[in-house]
Amino acid sequence: MRIAPNWQALTALVLIAAALAGLPFTAAPGAVLALLILWLLALAALAALIAPATSGLVATFGVLSHAAVFLLLASLAGAEGTARPSFYAALAAAWLLGWRLVTVLSGDGRRGSTGPGWGLGLVIPALFGLWILILWEAVVRGAGIPFVLLPPPSAIGHKIMASLPILAADFHQTVLKAVLFGFVVGSLAGFLTALLADRYRFLARGLLPIGNMVSALPIIGIAPIMVIWFGFDWPSKAAVVIVMTFFPMLVNTLEGLRASGAMERDLMRTYAASHWQSLFMLRLPAAMPFIFNGLKINSTLAMIGAIVAEFFGTPIVGMGFRISTEVGRMNLDMVWAEIALAAVVGSLFYGVLALIERITTHWHPSYRR
Amino acid sequence: MSEKPVISASGLSLVFATHDGPVHALSNINLDIHEGEFVSLIGPSGCGKTTLLRVIADLEQPTAGTITVNGMTPHQARERRAYGYVFQQAALFPWRTIAANVGLPLEVMGLDKAEAQRRVKENIALVNLAGFEKKHPWQLSGGMQQRASIARALAVEPAMLLMDEPFGALDEIVRDHLNEQLLKLWAKTKKTVVFVTHSIPEAVFLSTRIVVMSPRPGRIHEIIDCNLGADRPLEIRETLEFQRIAQQVRDGLRAGHSYDD
Amino acid sequence: MKSAGHTSSLFHRAAPVTLILLLLVAAWYVAAYALNAPYQRDLNARQGVTVTTGELVAQTMRQQKPTMPAPHQVAETLWKTTFGVPVTSRRSLVYHAWVTLSSTLLGFVFGTLLGVVIAVGITHVPALDRSFLPWIITSQTIPMLAVAPMIIVILAAVGVTGLIPKALISTYLSFFPVAVGMVKGLRSPEVMHLDLMHSYDASSWQTFWKLRVPASVPYFFTSIKVAIAASLVGAIVGELPTGAVAGIGSKLLAGSYYSQTIDIWAALIAGSVVAMLLVALVDVAGRLTARAMGARPS
Repeated sequence: MRIAPNWQALTALVLIAAALAGLPFTAAPGAVLALLILWLLALAALAALIAPATSGLVATFGVLSHAAVFLLLASLAGAEGTARPSFYAALAAAWLLGWRLVTVLSGDGRRGSTGPGWGLGLVIPALFGLWILILWEAVVRGAGIPFVLLPPPSAIGHKIMASLPILAADFHQTVLKAVLFGFVVGSLAGFLTALLADRYRFLARGLLPIGNMVSALPIIGIAPIMVIWFGFDWPSKAAVVIVMTFFPMLVNTLEGLRASGAMERDLMRTYAASHWQSLFMLRLPAAMPFIFNGLKINSTLAMIGAIVAEFFGTPIVGMGFRISTEVGRMNLDMVWAEIALAAVVGSLFYGVLALIERITTHWHPSYRR
Repeated sequence: MSEKPVISASGLSLVFATHDGPVHALSNINLDIHEGEFVSLIGPSGCGKTTLLRVIADLEQPTAGTITVNGMTPHQARERRAYGYVFQQAALFPWRTIAANVGLPLEVMGLDKAEAQRRVKENIALVNLAGFEKKHPWQLSGGMQQRASIARALAVEPAMLLMDEPFGALDEIVRDHLNEQLLKLWAKTKKTVVFVTHSIPEAVFLSTRIVVMSPRPGRIHEIIDCNLGADRPLEIRETLEFQRIAQQVRDGLRAGHSYDD
Repeated sequence: MKSAGHTSSLFHRAAPVTLILLLLVAAWYVAAYALNAPYQRDLNARQGVTVTTGELVAQTMRQQKPTMPAPHQVAETLWKTTFGVPVTSRRSLVYHAWVTLSSTLLGFVFGTLLGVVIAVGITHVPALDRSFLPWIITSQTIPMLAVAPMIIVILAAVGVTGLIPKALISTYLSFFPVAVGMVKGLRSPEVMHLDLMHSYDASSWQTFWKLRVPASVPYFFTSIKVAIAASLVGAIVGELPTGAVAGIGSKLLAGSYYSQTIDIWAALIAGSVVAMLLVALVDVAGRLTARAMGARPS
């Protein structure tokens, strides 16, 4: 056991000393709590200085520094907007220790060093996300930023719990109706058109450049037209989603159908395989990674299309409707709740597709271990 | 050799149109190949040896002359699955197991399942890959992959094997080993083999006849008989007879091609 | 194996595209008739007018607020609002396109810079790579555009209005593709090339400038092509909650309030033209750079 100086832990120690000199943290009384926090942080910083960093030591300074920061957040209760420099010094010290933790967990990043396993592969980004929330909460509440500008994560969490029925109704309207219907119809139409264009090459030569061009256009702008054609309810949103998802699927499938090698295609020729045999046995399986790429792009586009299309008029339900009206009323916690919902749904949508991809294209080189 | 040849080409030519003008890939090829022969096509790159093989396989269309395979056009022969083709690379489908890859042509042909299973098992055993049926291609070495692709060609049960530098991408030790195995396979199955290579020892070791080709335009320079007998251990390469034939091939290659360009 | 001569390749390439575009215009006319005819028949019946089919077709092509404007109506409006009025007028499409374009470009430049900086950070700091990159990739799956109205309103509340808020949305949308593309690009050098630099005992700074940066150039242009298109979408959506002041997005919104379908279509086409010009510009810049770097012309 020896001392291994590192700048994060050393700077954290300096900051802890500065925070101690500048006590109290806030206008509210709480000297005991403040001393406890600084003591925990100091212990964590010292643990971070010891080498070799065994997993026990890493766990110790990780737990200590995070326990300290949660006590720090708790010390803000009833004292919002009165945080003094010492509060930020303690916060910065805890943040540096969090950084140290991520650095140690990430390894030195040199070639040959084994990357983190999938457990750490989740823990490290989770820590990063956690710290975004911690800093957001601490700065917003510590500096007393007006609620209408930026509500703290805790308030957004409360809002989510308090408005579950509204969120569920919006989810039902936007995702289960417009997004899913539009995604399935648009992707399927793009896929089938690609199969047709693959059979008749003239069609492919015409559609591929057009499809590539359309992907750069602001298709979302057709939303008002679709509202005029299909009315205010979800079919107009689904129509926008269908148009937005059609072309990425078409282009990706066509590209994928070309992805099989010349040698493999010659092989199928030597078997006198028919067009459809060679399609189903060779070219479609080879196109699967491209098709899934198209589906993943479409999952994002479908969410965007349905939400933004609702900005142009909806019945009084839907995620896009809620966002645009609550922004108007300055109910930003509700807006953030909808955004959190959209983020979770978007990630889950993508994640499910990625999982199906992994199962169906397990043979692809990118999955080899 | 009195019976009708299985492959017969006369006056065969093929001209590719390219950006830099026409390329004469094949020019006036006359060649008869008989049943049970092992014929190697050898020559420097650009001599049209692969193109000739692809014309036999109906993967390219000649621009002049005639060619028959089993008395039919190459197109008809392909539709009757008259041959098995082995490429430079194994070209196994990565999403299929070895067994499923070997069974691929049988699926295309619409063979019934029991018969297909029998042939897959038999041919995998023939190339010494028993036990690897459930593996995916990437789990096998290059040599094993190429053996699987030979099993796949044999599964069609063709009378003829067309092989386009099948061992060109492998190292010499693996290559020697596969050459020996190929000879045993040939002795066992009595198939007609047309084999493209640019290795002189490989051609001499395997063949009953060696067709020496030369480039610009691609043509047959010389056809050399290679009567080393049926039993050919690797050591045969040290014999005088072997060296003599190899020298003859080398002379033919040198005469047909100036190395200045 | 080898293609036929290249003399006919332009025709070969252009003919299918032209034919399909012509088919689209024809389908558009058919759709205009089909979608407008019911209303027109209704109107004629109420006014007690009987018309021949030919007259009905003509009527459907010149409605004031058609369900589906005919191509020539849109073309007429486009022409009038582009060349028929001074570019400084509020009725000029050029004026609105310029408003959108300026915030698109500002946001695009910010976004590209930010994306490159993040990519360089990620490729050089392992902790950032492990902690930040997964979030960048996850955030691609989140409907970013949903945040747009809030950014506009928050910034308006602190007194920032005009160009900057819209540009920030464009920045937001365009930095992701650049960051992800550049991480890929900066990591694209082969192991062999990295080993070569290593054998020269090159510093990581030298490896960066002499190997990683040149290797990343094709990735850069591919990703900024996506980024500039995303920037434009961001600018248009950013104009929606500002209460229809100026820009292509505001034209769309105003058109949808007053059911001015012809105006909507004209604005949509103007936006598409801007998008195509921007992407084409990036494409040309990419090709010129590639040629200057000695790439094989394609």
